[in-house]
Amino acid sequence: MPGTDPAGDNAWRPSATAEVLKLRATLLARIRTFFDQRAVLEVDTPALSRFGGTDPAIEPLCSTYRGPGHGDGLPLYLHSSPEFFMKRLLAAGSGPIYQLAHVFRNGELGRRHNPEFMLLEWYRPGLDDQALMDEVDALLAFVLQGRLSYRPARRISYRQWFLDGTGLDPWTDDTATFRRFAEQKLASVPATLDDSALDPWLDLLVTHWLEPALGEAPVFIHDYPASQAALARIRRDEVPVAERFELYIGGIELANGFHELSDAQQQRQRFEQENRVREGAGQATLPIDRHLLAALQSGLPDCSGVAIGFDRLVMVAAGLPDIAAAMPFPFNRA
Amino acid sequence: MATYSTNEFKGGLKIMLDGDPCSIIENEFVKPGKGQAFNRVKIRNLKTGRVIERTFKSGESVEAADVMETDMQYLYNDGEFWHFMDPESYEQVAADANAVADAVKWLKEQDTCLVTLWNGAPISVTPPNFVMLEVSDTDPGLRGDTSGSGGKPATLQTGAVVRVPLFIDIGEVVKVDTRTGEYVGRARD
Repeated sequence: MPGTDPAGDNAWRPSATAEVLKLRATLLARIRTFFDQRAVLEVDTPALSRFGGTDPAIEPLCSTYRGPGHGDGLPLYLHSSPEFFMKRLLAAGSGPIYQLAHVFRNGELGRRHNPEFMLLEWYRPGLDDQALMDEVDALLAFVLQGRLSYRPARRISYRQWFLDGTGLDPWTDDTATFRRFAEQKLASVPATLDDSALDPWLDLLVTHWLEPALGEAPVFIHDYPASQAALARIRRDEVPVAERFELYIGGIELANGFHELSDAQQQRQRFEQENRVREGAGQATLPIDRHLLAALQSGLPDCSGVAIGFDRLVMVAAGLPDIAAAMPFPFNRA
Repeated sequence: MATYSTNEFKGGLKIMLDGDPCSIIENEFVKPGKGQAFNRVKIRNLKTGRVIERTFKSGESVEAADVMETDMQYLYNDGEFWHFMDPESYEQVAADANAVADAVKWLKEQDTCLVTLWNGAPISVTPPNFVMLEVSDTDPGLRGDTSGSGGKPATLQTGAVVRVPLFIDIGEVVKVDTRTGEYVGRARD
């Protein structure tokens, strides 16, 4: 079981085989070659920040700095993604950039989760989310050569995904309709899931009904509900949708991308709204990143960005069922 | 009332579900990158033995079940109850037919069984992995045939029927794997 300390004399050893460690190195080298050939600059931003991401679905890990200037202790958040720093670079005129960063998420541990993991994150000024999906396809075809014959992923909108898989319309059907479907089709429905919000019901059906049916072939899900926009732009269609996409391979969520929100005012409102949700749910509120807001104020170029879970990419490339086998020292050996 | 949060879930943890004591077999954490986290759990109902699947919202709490698994010596059957004794405290418990269930065909006096107690009362009995039982009835033995091919049914002292090699005779003691119900060897082997 993940999280338990391994027993015995071999507990000091890595959990990944030598072959998997070599594969990691190969994939990292190919990623760097891919971006080098496309003149995308590698950057390296801090893992510790005075500000935390406010997303209620992502719980930060926090540490404390004590020393010159901060005798009382300064809380520092371990980033859950290098996004805010990278956007500050973009606003400062960096042009296209990528980063391979270790990131941290509290409370996430399982076959596909490790509290510390590596993200490959990159930003492309001038590209929208659809054009960035093309580049994700190109990267994976290049990086996975000799491992998987990668074909460009099928693209299906979030709404169509639900219509095809459940017959329900996430744009128009209400919570009670989703509850009825879940109660009929799933082995079990959490007793504490109430009807006050639709998103948890959508998440339940995504994880328990739609994802398991995705099959092996890569697929992009795009145009998410506006309520799940996170840091994506909202497009004012008849029903507003978030210009956000996810990539799945073999039912594993591998990448998340946005056509990035660049409006400082809207960004501030989302941060404040997320902190209100946190407060309502009994989660700690987090200091809002004023440097990011100032950067957006000064002007973030129209851009799209995407993050790929590198360790999950290793899982997919090597056919590993557990993320612990994809990393040298997972949580229980760290 | 003791409770466990989903963060404490792991294989073997005993919890109450729908009024029955249950044991967690498998606990899977599932979470969309930017969404609600769930624990998808496989659970065995300790009274019925049935395995069910349950999904919890991560962070939820459930009632703990006061369940203890303990080695006890089987003493005797009084026609209605099967009596077991804790070899250290000499305390005795009586298990009914529901609790003994399929284990009944392997129960030999003096053997040590794993008894599952819920609030102090037995709800299930697991026999030892291997038991030595005397053959009470079978077709006459074919001496000389040690090929082990074929075989024949034999009724053991507890009433269990297992397939044994042709050379086994009435009165011999055989070793049986209770998990598979298969003959393993003769007592002296």
